[in-house]
Amino acid sequence: MADWKDQVEEIVFPGKISVPYFWTVGSTLSKWYVQMRDDGEIWGNRCPECGKVYVPPKIKCIDCYQDMNDWVKLPGTGTVETYTVVRYHEPTLHPKKPPFVYGVIKMDGADTGMVHFIDGVKPDKVKVGMRVEAVMAKERSGNILDIKHFRPIP
Amino acid sequence: MERVAVIGVGQTKYEQGKRDTFHELVFDVAGKALADAGMTIKDVDNIVSISSDFWDGRTISSMAIQDAAGAFGKDITTVEGDGTFGVLYGMMRILSGSFGVCLVVAHHKGTESNMNGITNTCFDPLLERRLGLDALSSAALQARRYMAVSGAMPRQFALVSVKNHGNAKNNPFAMLPMDITVEDVMNSPMLADPLKKLDCSPVTDGAAALILAAEREAKKLVTNKKRVWLLGVGHCTDAYRLGDRDLADTRALKKAAKKAYSMAGVDPWDIDMAEVYDAFSYMEPLWLEGLGFCDDGKGVEYLERGTFDMDGKLPVNPSGGRLSANPVQVAGLAEVIECVLQLRGTAGKRQVKGAEKALAQGINGMCGQSHCVWVLGK
Repeated sequence: MADWKDQVEEIVFPGKISVPYFWTVGSTLSKWYVQMRDDGEIWGNRCPECGKVYVPPKIKCIDCYQDMNDWVKLPGTGTVETYTVVRYHEPTLHPKKPPFVYGVIKMDGADTGMVHFIDGVKPDKVKVGMRVEAVMAKERSGNILDIKHFRPIP
Repeated sequence: MERVAVIGVGQTKYEQGKRDTFHELVFDVAGKALADAGMTIKDVDNIVSISSDFWDGRTISSMAIQDAAGAFGKDITTVEGDGTFGVLYGMMRILSGSFGVCLVVAHHKGTESNMNGITNTCFDPLLERRLGLDALSSAALQARRYMAVSGAMPRQFALVSVKNHGNAKNNPFAMLPMDITVEDVMNSPMLADPLKKLDCSPVTDGAAALILAAEREAKKLVTNKKRVWLLGVGHCTDAYRLGDRDLADTRALKKAAKKAYSMAGVDPWDIDMAEVYDAFSYMEPLWLEGLGFCDDGKGVEYLERGTFDMDGKLPVNPSGGRLSANPVQVAGLAEVIECVLQLRGTAGKRQVKGAEKALAQGINGMCGQSHCVWVLGK
């Protein structure tokens, strides 16, 4: 290395990229969010070819590449397929303080998993296979947090 | 079909808090790869640069590192994702007939930003991003699912960390060579059940480069000792949403591996050593199952028997793996480089004796959404 490089006072620029976005939600997910927001209901949609029910709904079946026009109301109950208790804190990312639980919930009447929070139970009591139900948020604004969390069915 | 060879390789030491800029890192490893091949930048007719917009903090398509890669006035293109996919693009450019010699170079400085914040942007802003998911919490969901399906236990995953940090002691480029025990892993801080600190790869800085050449060029430019052939490659992608997949099902990897083995004309048992993407401990046995080295759900049993140790039937991650250094995007390129060094017989203290065929596997997306599998040979 050249000698002068040892002598340089190195500068570091702290920075941040903040760019606003306006993401179009699209007809399929908009319909889903409006049903949750206005009626407190969770719906899925079904592939006309293979019959697979997706929740959250999809524009196309990933297996059959078919349009999804067949909507199905789900009871809001399901089974925990996997979960994790998050113990680290990322205040700008996490809507909750640790420890909190993420789970993949296989909802009754659906064939795909829904990723969401599991709450209303001590984190160390959550188990794979546990039966849970969706708890809707009181104030709903048409996004994924209109489902507050899933809690164990007593 | 014309064959493509790796004819030169270069990498930095992987560490935290590097003070070199991206330019300096790229210039360093490009120079090392050229020197290794005994050629100059004039012999290179195209460049593939690998990084990530968010990790760079600028759009990589602007080719900001072009001068460091010797690319000014040449055809340079970018790959956003793992280095294994960059090698695939480089090979395809050569096989198109348009190019003869390709410099593939990747750079990454994890310490300049925030891993959780960046990997959160992998998630759909229309859906799960608001939940705050990131690479670590989603990996934890996959680890638990794998446990539920296979019966594997966290203590068995810990064996991967013990093995790979131990292997790193023989790799001067690795960041975390360590003598640790299963107890050390189990007692390290719990981050997201079942993943503890020592189940997770570290935030890392570094860069790597390799030079690909068409057979006709490779034979002109370097001796037989330096040439390592790309025998086969396969690439396959699973569903974007975590819930649209069974996280313990490696169906995309199985397809990618099948394509790579078929193109190379080999079976899994022809492979002498493998570098697989152990961003988290549990991934190693899961990917080894998908690669066909053992039946589904049996990865940890083989691990316990020592099959994947340096003196086992199939040494896995002799470099120390991603658990010992994980410069994202660079990591897969470092895997391919490790395979090249092993096949040349120049891997020093970590040399797998008589290695003739090697495998490297890289991933993109959350929980191994996409896989790129390489088979390399002498």
